[in-house]
Amino acid sequence: MSNSSLTLLTLIPLVGALWAALLPSQRIGHIRTAGLFTTLAALGLVLSLAFHYDRAAGGLQFVEQRDWIPSLHIQYFLAADGLSLMLLLLTSLVTPFALLALGARSTKLSVSLILLLQATLFGTFTALNFIHWFLYYELSLIPAFLLIRMGGSAKATAAATQFFIYTIFGGFAMLLGFLAIHHATGMFNLIDLAALAHKGKLGNILAAGFGGYSRINLLVFGGIFLGLAVKVPVVPFHTWLPDAYTESPAPVSMLLTGLLSKMGVYGFLRLLMPLFPGLMRHLQTPLLAFAVVTIVFAAFAALAQTDLKRIVAYSSINHLGYCLLGLFAVATTFGPGNDRAAAMNGVLLQIFNHGLTAATIFCFIGFIETRSGGLRGLNDFGGLRTVAPVLTGLMGISLFSSLGLPGLNGFVGEFLIFKGSFALVPGATALAAIGLFVTAVFLLTLIQRVFNGPLPERWAAFPDLTTGERFLVAPAIALMFVLGICPQLLITLFNQTVLKLLP
Amino acid sequence: MLTATLLSTFLGIALICLLPSRFGGAAKWIALLSALTGFGFAVAAFQGYDMRPGVYPIQSIINLPWVEKIGIGFITGADGISLILLLLTGIIAITGILFSWNVTHQPRAFFALFLTIIFGVYGVFQSLDLFLLFVFYEIVIIPKYFLISIWGSTNREYGAMKLTIYSVAGSALILLGLLGIYVLAPEATFNLLSLAKYKFPVAFQLWAFPVMFLGFGILGGLWPFHTWAPTGHVAAPTAVSMLLAGVVMKLGSYGALRVAMTLFPLGLDYWRMPVAILATVGLLYGALVALAQRDLKFVVGYSSINHMGFVMLGLVTLNTLGLSGAVLQMFSHGIIGGLLFAVVGRMLYDRTHTRDISQLGGMGLTKALPFAALTFTVASAASMGLPGFSGFIAEISILLGTWKAFPVLLIFTMLGVVITVAFTLRALQRTFFPAHNADAPTAETAHEPFDPITLPERLGALILMTATVGVGLFPKILLDPILRSFESPQSLMHHLIQGVAK
Repeated sequence: MSNSSLTLLTLIPLVGALWAALLPSQRIGHIRTAGLFTTLAALGLVLSLAFHYDRAAGGLQFVEQRDWIPSLHIQYFLAADGLSLMLLLLTSLVTPFALLALGARSTKLSVSLILLLQATLFGTFTALNFIHWFLYYELSLIPAFLLIRMGGSAKATAAATQFFIYTIFGGFAMLLGFLAIHHATGMFNLIDLAALAHKGKLGNILAAGFGGYSRINLLVFGGIFLGLAVKVPVVPFHTWLPDAYTESPAPVSMLLTGLLSKMGVYGFLRLLMPLFPGLMRHLQTPLLAFAVVTIVFAAFAALAQTDLKRIVAYSSINHLGYCLLGLFAVATTFGPGNDRAAAMNGVLLQIFNHGLTAATIFCFIGFIETRSGGLRGLNDFGGLRTVAPVLTGLMGISLFSSLGLPGLNGFVGEFLIFKGSFALVPGATALAAIGLFVTAVFLLTLIQRVFNGPLPERWAAFPDLTTGERFLVAPAIALMFVLGICPQLLITLFNQTVLKLLP
Repeated sequence: MLTATLLSTFLGIALICLLPSRFGGAAKWIALLSALTGFGFAVAAFQGYDMRPGVYPIQSIINLPWVEKIGIGFITGADGISLILLLLTGIIAITGILFSWNVTHQPRAFFALFLTIIFGVYGVFQSLDLFLLFVFYEIVIIPKYFLISIWGSTNREYGAMKLTIYSVAGSALILLGLLGIYVLAPEATFNLLSLAKYKFPVAFQLWAFPVMFLGFGILGGLWPFHTWAPTGHVAAPTAVSMLLAGVVMKLGSYGALRVAMTLFPLGLDYWRMPVAILATVGLLYGALVALAQRDLKFVVGYSSINHMGFVMLGLVTLNTLGLSGAVLQMFSHGIIGGLLFAVVGRMLYDRTHTRDISQLGGMGLTKALPFAALTFTVASAASMGLPGFSGFIAEISILLGTWKAFPVLLIFTMLGVVITVAFTLRALQRTFFPAHNADAPTAETAHEPFDPITLPERLGALILMTATVGVGLFPKILLDPILRSFESPQSLMHHLIQGVAK
């Protein structure tokens, strides 16, 4: 691979966005082709990167490092390891999926914005200098804000604003934390900082930079934690999420849950865990409490909802909670190596699987919404399986994948997380298992109320999936089976990276 | 190359004055040509700037005798800071003219006066003789009065008069300082390069520094002497608001740095903390007042106070990060402020005839004027300091510099940053993305379709957006010459980054 393939990767969607923006707005067919072509080109490049990645060696590859703003020690620093590649793969799969799901509702603006969002995601998952990373992380807010607003209602505008305000203030807290780190160390390079932390020096240098005030470590950690916690989100910083996911058009919700939430989890793995290994062990109880509360609260909240989108929104929070549980279990303990590796592999698998599954479920909810004229209440439907058997079957598969049924993709990740975490932190894991039961309850309730039971009169002519829609979801459903049966396809990509990630 | 910026602008003014009145429409073309040539020369000078170590940082020096008997010379030259501000002047001149393309009332007078301001600004940024600098500084003041009182809008006589009185008061203070310098200097000269070598008596520095810093600071929007700025900005026609926010306010901060801080290090050391506090109050105050405005142009006007507060704070941090950030912020705010005023004054007000945020919000502007919405969104993102735009690197440098110099003030500065985001977002949201209507104008807000955004407006907006994104992504282009001007041991301002009193 040439030495600037990661730069090229971020440029592809940018050029595509420009291309779509320059086409006349009436030529919507051309604009959609431009969007699809761009995302497929990006997918091709990501696949070739994954293929050329030296899995046995692991670690960061395709490194590009140049001076950028030397006076502030900011480099242009891109590289990818197994974790990055897995997320690049997810991004390049979910984006064309969402673009196609947007279908006839596409406009010039929406296609350009989705491509712009993809560029910022690619950047976030490959940039390794904090400022360079933060550039993409914050820029993603602009397309996301405008895309949420496309929901059109007054509530969509309010939700977009709420999303923007929450995330930008979280971003501030994080920026402040890194400015403090820069103040003490003169560095923004995440890899160098991690090396410093690995030797156990970062905490002392940070304290020395502030006249021996060692609490500064906790403050910096808190700032970065807050920024990422809003993005994931961690309960109680989640209140922007249900509105944003509900008011957005379904394809936008696919991007939000499938990709944007992963920025936060990625940040935990790349920024927080490597920089504060000692402090995280010290904060074991509160961190695990955050994870458990997120899991259990979100599961019960989902149980109480009657809006399909809100159910899936809370279930999303719940599923990302499992990622945090595994992550915190590994980061805060000194347990046996294989349990730690299992939990960490589970976390990475769960990131990918949740992205795939949640995006697919939102896609199905979008199908239901267009057929019901916007209705999506749990009690608005019933018995749809008799009139729409294909919809029922395929959506059922993705709901079971979300529930963690063995044989489907969701199972392996959750199993590994629970297996590993139980050995490391049995108490918290046992509490988190409540979430598993509740998840099963609300997902089965959803299936029961929507697809089973008596068919209301007005849905007698509820149309089943069209051929186009079947082709749209077929790759996602197929991937659920493939990854459910051979998870090692994905695990081999990041197994070496996981071993290096373990603190 | 440097003086050619002055010559080409002067030629433009002369040609417009000679133009017969029936060819009044040609004035804008002459002005544009003159501005383009001026910018071309500024770019050429910037390109030719030699940054090798050991080379004297002030370059292209021209030293012509003028009034030799009292030591006044026509001395010009530029270091990295001057060059960057000259570039900014060129960009604002071009875009200001593009956004004035629709001026039909006495176009010859308008563009001649406009170019006169540009002439004066180019002059200030390259003068190395204090008397010459003061002459150019005064050239800027008078045309502003006429441009605002004749072509302005809301409360134009009041705004013009207030602005002029404040400027003249500032000038009086500067003149007082100049006389003091002249009397106390060992030789009768206004040559900045000679004066900078001389250590003025402490007692003199202690009063001359605040007098001169304040004199320049008034024009730089230093709180609490800023009140001319919002009223003046609002009353001014678009191109003049762009000039005021874009470059004229920079004359103040530039003068404060180049004259007051360079010549009076001991006075600076003594008054540093009060200045830092005023700057912090200014940036907080500007942000809070902007948060409460109903008139969109006032929001932008107060945001200038906020951003210039960052500049002033950066200047007195007296470390490389803060100082270079302050100069970068001067450039960045010039571009962003110009862009915001262009949208509010030209794209919106000339079409909707209102600047009331809630009225504008009822007009479905994202549908009616999508280009204006796009431009304002980009300008807002840049103004709130999102990464990728010029303001981010500038503010981050200033914050890091403040952290080292005034750790306590940092808390208030951060608060200022947060409120900046809040007021920018509020204005953007309420004007273009209001919650109460879904892009469809209701019956009572229905209006005639607006004229589409014209080509000159698009061009002007594109130039400014390219500049802010370009600098945001490649700040090194500007930071290297800036840093050189502070870090070179031969620099006039080298003592600033070494801690003054030593």
